[in-house]
Amino acid sequence: MTHWRLHPSLWLGLGAGLFFALLALVSLVWTPFPIEEINIGRRFQGPGPVHWLGTDHLGRDMTSLIMAGTFTSFLVSALAVAIGAGIGVPLGLLAASWGGVPEWLVLRFSDFLFAFPAIIVAILITALFGPGAINAVLAIGIFNIPVFARVARGGALSFKTLDFIAAARLAGMGNGEIAFRHLLPNIMSLVIVQGTIQLSLGILAEAGLSYVGLGTQPPATSLGLMLRDAQGVFLIHPWLSVLPGLSIVAIVIALNLAGDGLRDAIDPRLRAESGTYGAA
Amino acid sequence: MALLEVDNLSVRFGKRPVVAGVSFAIERGERFGIIGESGSGKTLTAMAITGLLPDGARQEGDIRLDGEPLPRAEKPMARLRGKRFGIVFQEPMTALNPLMRVGEQIAEAVRLNQGPQAGVPQLLQEVGLDPAHARRFPHQLSGGQRQRVMIAMALASQPDMLIADEPTSALDLITQKRVLDLIAEICTRRQMALLFISHDLKAVAALCSRVAVMHDGKLIEAGPADAVFRTPQADYTRRLIAASKLASAGPARRPDGETLLEARGLVRDYRHNGFWRWQEKPLRAVDGVSFSLSRGECVALVGPSGCGKTTLARIIAGLDSASGGELVFEGETYHGRDLPRGQRRDLSLVFQDPFGSFNPRQTIAQSVGEPLRLLPDLSPMDRHQRVVEAVAAVGLDAGMLERYPHEFSGGQRQRLAIARALVTRPKLVVLDEPVSALDVSVRGEVLALLARLREEYGLSYLCISHDLDMVRAIADRILVMEAGRIVEEGTPETLFAQPQHRLTRELVAARLPDVA
Repeated sequence: MTHWRLHPSLWLGLGAGLFFALLALVSLVWTPFPIEEINIGRRFQGPGPVHWLGTDHLGRDMTSLIMAGTFTSFLVSALAVAIGAGIGVPLGLLAASWGGVPEWLVLRFSDFLFAFPAIIVAILITALFGPGAINAVLAIGIFNIPVFARVARGGALSFKTLDFIAAARLAGMGNGEIAFRHLLPNIMSLVIVQGTIQLSLGILAEAGLSYVGLGTQPPATSLGLMLRDAQGVFLIHPWLSVLPGLSIVAIVIALNLAGDGLRDAIDPRLRAESGTYGAA
Repeated sequence: MALLEVDNLSVRFGKRPVVAGVSFAIERGERFGIIGESGSGKTLTAMAITGLLPDGARQEGDIRLDGEPLPRAEKPMARLRGKRFGIVFQEPMTALNPLMRVGEQIAEAVRLNQGPQAGVPQLLQEVGLDPAHARRFPHQLSGGQRQRVMIAMALASQPDMLIADEPTSALDLITQKRVLDLIAEICTRRQMALLFISHDLKAVAALCSRVAVMHDGKLIEAGPADAVFRTPQADYTRRLIAASKLASAGPARRPDGETLLEARGLVRDYRHNGFWRWQEKPLRAVDGVSFSLSRGECVALVGPSGCGKTTLARIIAGLDSASGGELVFEGETYHGRDLPRGQRRDLSLVFQDPFGSFNPRQTIAQSVGEPLRLLPDLSPMDRHQRVVEAVAAVGLDAGMLERYPHEFSGGQRQRLAIARALVTRPKLVVLDEPVSALDVSVRGEVLALLARLREEYGLSYLCISHDLDMVRAIADRILVMEAGRIVEEGTPETLFAQPQHRLTRELVAARLPDVA
């Protein structure tokens, strides 16, 4: 197989994304130091043999913090994608296969959600339930719903006009069954690509929410929270902000590369090996 | 010296050659035709000549114009292409810019050419369009008119050679004849060479003096049109010519006179969606259609594109509902979508496009067995047995059932679509252009299959088509439809011998003569 050579960005992105995901998972069972361990005496150490990436203003080990923070970011973002896809895709399919009033309702509902940026939703939820990682998940998840609804509807509409849908109707299938049996499997690839991209957007959003204090709360940590903690000492100890910042950038780029690569790999027009070209 | 010489041309994608060692030459003013089925490499040959090969294609061999090799660089090639070649594509809707008036598009083609200038009105007149059409947008023109605009654009640069790639395959029969006549007339008047690419032997025979036959990327046979069509040398050419003559299916079971389906005054209106909907006059696609179909009969519905025949088929099959009138099927009255579930198993539809009619993510067994949902009493074993029987009946192997649609050719898919239509053992099958998306060489096979199945299972067909030759081969009775109405009815013999209505006469006259 020469597929990986056709889509280098896919494999680069997937590789880097998986590396960070693995790092995050390892933090569940092992970190070099416990992240709650505060030791003012050893604060602001640079990278060294004991603390590989140094320590922060409370003397916590930066390696451990980055690992745990990455885990939080991934978890929040993945749960938000699950909420968005779990609600948005059925809504999109409903809109596409029923049309008429349900479609109008779904579209206006997603317009309504689109009108509120994630940060406003987060502030609203925080005002009601208090800040925390769970509320960040909800806020980003709600923000994801219309995105998935539109992708699902658009994809489903392009398949809906094909004859196999008419054939299913002739075979006595109802709208729901057609959506589930015929449309969903065909739009799954689109949803997966969008999921990868929303995962990276979610990580950015989580960092933003934690940065303004609406997301993850100490003693738990996330990459955004680390940025917030380090901003006061940025001029004296820039390393403490650069490190979580670079991690966010690397994760987001990796996931975007993976998403773009997946899109290319799935797009039948770019499938070079088996297709017939321009044959009339 | 020849105008265009193609010497040992090869085109490959990766390691797979799609055009292999093709050589031919076209003299000034000569009309040269390339015949080939889908995947034969004929379109890629034309693209290589015009320097329009898609990314990823590698070209080998020489192409010379007036003895000079074509430039490989993009810019000089684009200039040469604009000046020396006029190109007409297959699909006239996508080849024109939908946001520009056609006059501006022709004027642009004129402006890009630095040679002697021709005016837009003259060009439009030359292709037989009223100069007033210059103010229109592409969507306001019919398919044939758009193709004329394409030809006018191709003529703007006063080219030495017109390259036409399937220019008429998206058009109906009457328009096809007119466009072919127009191309012939212009080539004669301008002393222009023609490279005509088509799968349609009759169109090539009507237009070209010399032809080449391509198959699997290779040039199999070339020579004067008469010689190739009368005394074909290669086996493949012989098969192609035989397939283009659709033999009548022979004596079918005579219909026993009992009425199976009856339509009474069917009407279908489409309303445009819009804010001012009460102001719009509805578009009437089907306008008071009445006919009846007996058990065991094959009735064909013929008409130009847009005459409402597909809408009618969808209403009869229960995919759309009539706005007025009613249908009676086996004594049961319905209006379209309200076709009772118990009757659906007795009525099925074969779709036109074999590529869109199967879910790419389902196996053939799942797709073919889908209509069996209408027979809930069947056990899983019986179900499987039915699918195997249906697939065997269309001449395919039951071992193929676990494969996916993309592994099958167009002809095989159409057989599978027929198998799906037969799996519930229906009494009436509606065939919507059953062979028009297929290659010439498999059309005959599919029609023979349909005739055999009709014999074996005592089926009735309602066949929708624009192709009179196809219809003549299978139908017992023909209905001619225009603008939503049935304008003439008769057996194939009487209709072809004494067409009464203007449209029927035009349709009969537009048939291209048989080759050889």
